[in-house]
Amino acid sequence: MAINFDNALGIHPQALALREKRSELLASNLANADTPNYKARDLDFKAVLNNTLSTSAQSLERTHAGHLAPQRDVLGATVGYRNPVHASLDGNTVESHIEQAKYSENAVQYQASLRFINGRFSGLMTAIRGE
Amino acid sequence: MSSMNIFNIAGSGMNAQSLRLNLVASNISNANSVSNSVDGVYKSRQPVFAAELKSIMDKNDAASRVNVLGVVESQAEPVMEYAPNHPMADQAGYIYKPNVNTVEEMANMMSASRSYQNNVEVLNTTKELMLQTLRMGQ
Repeated sequence: MAINFDNALGIHPQALALREKRSELLASNLANADTPNYKARDLDFKAVLNNTLSTSAQSLERTHAGHLAPQRDVLGATVGYRNPVHASLDGNTVESHIEQAKYSENAVQYQASLRFINGRFSGLMTAIRGE
Repeated sequence: MSSMNIFNIAGSGMNAQSLRLNLVASNISNANSVSNSVDGVYKSRQPVFAAELKSIMDKNDAASRVNVLGVVESQAEPVMEYAPNHPMADQAGYIYKPNVNTVEEMANMMSASRSYQNNVEVLNTTKELMLQTLRMGQ
């Protein structure tokens, strides 16, 4: 019986990739906290993950070299803008405290995904060794 | 590994904030340098930040670095002071003081140092996460 890593690891590798993308966005928000007219951005994790799971299940067949490939980006291109609680004069919508909270939340969730993957790996190791 | 991008982003943020901090230091330390003419007097300097337009337009890579467009001099009028006994006084007896608002600069300094700290925090967390990722499966 062959070991299928995709089945063994589940959605966690994709979740990890998305978490990484999200942390990039949040880092960009924090770095641009003082940039005039910068709009804070974020992605809806749940919607993106659903999107990723559904598009990976049904892929379009390309019968001609000229056919464009469907966009199979992890992000699914749904990066939204944050609604700020307080408006600021320079048009910047970054609220540092909120971004920081989101960033640390995202970091913890990244670690959770990582831990899941590590757990699956040690499970696989146990199976391989036959202990 | 695309996490390297985060290092670039946070690094550009730190770069911008440290430039701002430098300019604040320059403004505050020159706050009392008097001159005998309007043109010769020190003018308050402020940085201009902008997000990179290219990365804002790019839907797939929305994360953006901080661009420092340049440094502008404040257009506010310098402070004229009547001090006929001052050695730098012009013929009418006036000296000119820079248009630096020290209170504003102090607030600016606090804001810059907090933003800098935020970016350092982001860097540290990212580094930690990447190290953990590298240890995956061990």
